[in-house]
This record gives sequence, C-alpha cells and structure tokens, in this order.
Amino acid sequence: MSLRPLAVLPLLALVPAVSAAQEPTEGVRVGITYQPGVRPGLLVLGGPRTELLDSVRTIVTRDLEFSDDFEIITLPAEDSLVLGIQTASGTGSEFVNYRLYGALGADFAVRARAEDAGVVAITVYDVRGETVRREFTAGIPVLSDPDFRMATHRMSDEIVRVITGTPGIAATRFLFLQGRRIFRMDADGADVQPVSPDGAAAFSPSWDPRGRRAAYTEFHDGGGYVYLQDLTTGQRLRLSFTQSALNYTPVFSPDGSLFAFSRSDEEGTDVFTYNLASDCCLQRLTSGRFADNLSPTFSPDGRRIAFSSTRSGLPQIYVMSVDGTGQELFAPFDYGVTGSSHAPEWSPDGRSLAFHRDVGGSPQVFVMEVATRTVRQLTSAGRNEDPTWAPDGQHLAFVSDRTGRRQLWVIDLETGRVRQVTRTGEVRLPAWSGRMY
Amino acid sequence: MRFSIPLTLSLGAVVVAAAVACGGQPAPPPTPAVDSAAIRDSIARAEAARRAREDSIRRAREEAERLAAERRRADSLAMIARETERAKGILAEMINFDFDKSNIRPGDAAKLDRKIALLQANPMLRITITGHCDERGSDEYNLALGNRRALAAKNYMVNRGIAADRIATASRGEEQPLDPARTEAAWERNRRDEFTVSAGGDMLKAPAGM
Repeated sequence: MSLRPLAVLPLLALVPAVSAAQEPTEGVRVGITYQPGVRPGLLVLGGPRTELLDSVRTIVTRDLEFSDDFEIITLPAEDSLVLGIQTASGTGSEFVNYRLYGALGADFAVRARAEDAGVVAITVYDVRGETVRREFTAGIPVLSDPDFRMATHRMSDEIVRVITGTPGIAATRFLFLQGRRIFRMDADGADVQPVSPDGAAAFSPSWDPRGRRAAYTEFHDGGGYVYLQDLTTGQRLRLSFTQSALNYTPVFSPDGSLFAFSRSDEEGTDVFTYNLASDCCLQRLTSGRFADNLSPTFSPDGRRIAFSSTRSGLPQIYVMSVDGTGQELFAPFDYGVTGSSHAPEWSPDGRSLAFHRDVGGSPQVFVMEVATRTVRQLTSAGRNEDPTWAPDGQHLAFVSDRTGRRQLWVIDLETGRVRQVTRTGEVRLPAWSGRMY
Repeated sequence: MRFSIPLTLSLGAVVVAAAVACGGQPAPPPTPAVDSAAIRDSIARAEAARRAREDSIRRAREEAERLAAERRRADSLAMIARETERAKGILAEMINFDFDKSNIRPGDAAKLDRKIALLQANPMLRITITGHCDERGSDEYNLALGNRRALAAKNYMVNRGIAADRIATASRGEEQPLDPARTEAAWERNRRDEFTVSAGGDMLKAPAGM
C-alpha cells in the first residue's frame, strides 16, 4: 500500500502553491491545440473522502469523459487519493504537484472539495502552465436531494467551459419512448423517470426550449392528441388544436412562440403550425393531397422548417420558410437510387441537419452540412435511426440495434467515438434537451 | 275438446268434495230436514276447487305459451345475431399491403367489394378503417403511411358509391403489431387495414349471397 506513494515521491518537486484563482482569457478552445486523435489529458484529483465528494468526483469524471473533450486519466482509487493536493504541515499552504500530474499525462487537473455546507469548490489546474486556471464554487445539495445530480452535472459543464470555452452537455436530459410510455433520463443514463401516464399509448416526445415541459402525442380512439406536460409538477394539458385527427411529432420553435407538428387526416399528412404566443392561428403549411409531409424541425433562428415529404416518391428531406413559402429540396438525393430519408433535426448551431436514410434496407444516421448541402453517413453497424442533437452541436444521440435491441447511443462528431447510454428494454424516438440552467 | 278435461275434473271434484264432506261417520238416519246450508257450503267449496284447478291449468297454459313465444323470440334473435356475426365477419376481413406501399392489391379488391355490399345492405352502418405498418419503416413516417393505407381503402369504397361520411380513417403506424415476431410472415400480417364498426352495428344484415 505505502510503496506506491513512495515510488512516485521522487517525481515530486517543490512547486509553490498557487492559491489565487487566475482568469485566463477565454475563447473557443483556448490553450488547446487539437491534433488528430490527441485530446488533452485530464486528471480528477482525489482528496478528502466523504460520501458526497466521492459521488461528486464519480459523476464529474464520467461527465468529463462523456464530453469527449479529454483523455481522462484514471488511476486506482488509492493512488488518486495520494495525488490529492497536499497541505504542507505548519504553514497551511497547499502543494500542487504539477510535475507529477504532467508525468501522468495530464494537461489539466480538477479538484473538488467541500467548502461550506451545500457548497463544493472546484479548482481547475493548468498542469503545463503550472497555474490555477480557475476556481469556482457551486451549490450542491445533499445526496438525497432530487437536484443533487443535476447540480453536479452543471458543475461538470462549467469545468468543460473553463477549459475549452464551451460548456459541456452533462446538465441535459433525454426524453424517449419505451413500450407505450414516455420516460426522461439524465444525459449520463441515470435517474430514469416515467413522464406520460401508464395506460394510454404515447408517441414522439419533444422538449420545450427551456427543458421544463415535454410535448408528446397520446393515442385516443381514432386520433392522436398532443399533450404538454410540466416535468416538475406533472401537470398536463391537452392542446385544444390537436383534438381532431392524428397529431404527432410536436416541436417548439427555438423561442417557444410557435408550435409545429404533423397531422394525418383525410387530406393526407401535413405540417401545421400554431401560434402559442397569441394562442391562435392553426396554419397548414403543406398540401398533402398527393404527398405526405411530416416531422418538422425548426432552424435555430426560427425562420425555416425542414421536414420530410413524399412529394418525389420516397420520403426525402425538404425545407421551407416558417410561413410555408419557398418549399424546396434540402438534402440532395439520387432519384431511384437513394433510399427513404426521415426524421430531420436541425442542429442547435444551425450548421447541420441530422436525419436517417435507408441504406440497403437499414436506416443509417446522416448529417448534412447546411451551407454546402454536403451529406455524410455516420453509422453503418445495424439499424441506426432518429438522431437528436446535444446542445453543443457536436454530439448526436440515436437509436441503434447493433447489440440486438434498440438502445440509445451517442456519437461525438469530432472524434467519432460512440458510446451506449441505455441497456434495458427497447428505446425509441429520443429527444435531447437543451442545457438545464 | 279443450274444455272436456277441466269439466270432467270439476265433476269429479264435486263428488270427492261431497264424499269428504260426508265420510267418516256411521250412516246417519235420513234426515227429514234438509240441511240446505251444508249443501250450499259443499257446493261452494266444490266450485272453489274447480276454479282453483281451472286457474292453475290456465296459468300452466299461459306459461307454456309465454315460453314458446320466448323461444320464438330467442330463435329470431339468434338468427339476427348469427347474421350480424356473419356481417361483422365480412367487415373484419383485413387487407394487406406490400412494404412501404398503400395501393390496394388486386386480391384484396373482392374483400372491399363485400364490405361495400355490406354498407349498402345496412344504411345506418358507419365504419372506421385503421391503417397499420410493419416495424421496419421509420416510426414517425409509419403513421403517415398507415393513414395512406386507410385512405386507400376508403377511396376505393367511396369511388364505388359509399358516402364518404360513413367511413372514418385512422392510423396506428407500427404501434399495434398483430405479430411481434421479426419475420417476413409477421411483417406481412402487420401491414394491414383493420375495419371496425363505429356506429349502427348492433343488428346487421348480411348482404344477399354472403
């Protein structure tokens, strides 16, 4: 046990502690040079062990891992303990062993310690620069508090922001369909809670822009009504303008003022909008007599809507102005060659559009660069469908059956890394929220 | 003839009644003074017994008639129910579709023709057609495709004279498979239109010749 610390002792060099937080200039990816396949190493330091701090470190480490921005350096628990910041006896000043951290491959080190009750202090060390990058505190409630996990996720996102300039995506959630019900889940796969009531069959969940309410369809008799449900109180409201016909794939405009959805009725299937802000004006944007138009998604500026349409035969991705004018093909395809394209979702940064397209009988996830309308295929193993964007525009979640069952997976578009989020039941129609702040 | 039995019975009853009234005592000397009250009494009792028997026979007859009528009614109800069942069987025949298609297959036209005859024979009947899909297509798109499939069957029937407002359409996409297996056979079964009564289906006439 005590041999390991001794073994690393020769690496220790006395480096003056940096106690004052320093504010480096922030920008996008400050201080990081991305090389292909090389990401900055990050070490989450051990320290005083309490149940709360251990949980915080575990969650933060996983969040930072899932950000795909770092190479996380993991050590056996007892070793990481020794790597904690030492306080020199007598003086009370802290000793940060930058050289040791650097030798382990770390470019950054993160320390969590309890400050006052309900407050955790985070220090981010720039190992190469041998300075404190930033020190901040976050209110973290007790472990049993239902907000504990989300508060910790927010802290993780701030660590990512301090280092890369862009907040992480840990403080986000998924909605998805499992069996007949809608569930919500933290982005790391924890804390799964039912949303829609047991009994009625639900469909196509989506988030309001602030992540507080879920919109989804519930099948009743011959129709499908859209419900809006407050995720804190559980209170739900049936949207009156969806009380006839079959209404589904509800989505909010980015500013929350407009609501778009698909409606199937005697005329076929069309994209409709309703003005939530003024509670009026149901508008049919497409004319579906001879073609089906569905699955609307707003551009982040709220001025355009992409959707899928069968107007040229197989479903393909089209785009129009938010008032329904200027309808045109969006994602190029080869007539008679390219398979059906479905379920478009515009990225939060507006630069990309994700959708799934049939390739040899299996759906695969594609991303189109909006500026150039260049399409690239992201997946190939098994069935991969219904992509949904993380708020960073860098991660996509999608449903894949590559393990035999339909489960939720996440891909990082920058590194191509893929990870499985869910492992039980069958998951369908995921919707990734914005950041929960 | 119908009254002969009650009559015989009531005569017998009088005799029995008289015997009961007089029995059990040593033969009395002829009574000079006729006890007219006792005779009247005995006659009245005999009369009451006769009426009681008549009543019970009438009640039995009425009960028999009631049962016969009930049986006749039940028979005709059963006939109606059987015919309604037959009609519903015609309605319930599903039609199937090719993958990602909503056109009526030639082999299914006859099924729809029978439903047209059924709707013509039952002017109050209203139906709902619900389109379904297999699980392979896109989940969202399958709702639109199911809707197309329901509309295809409806249009077929409306084009042949059925009033459009008698047929409602719905879609459940791939949400209600008949067979959850992931085989060609299951997918074929699941790509279907279902036909259900939405009103006026309590008593149905099966079209002639079906």
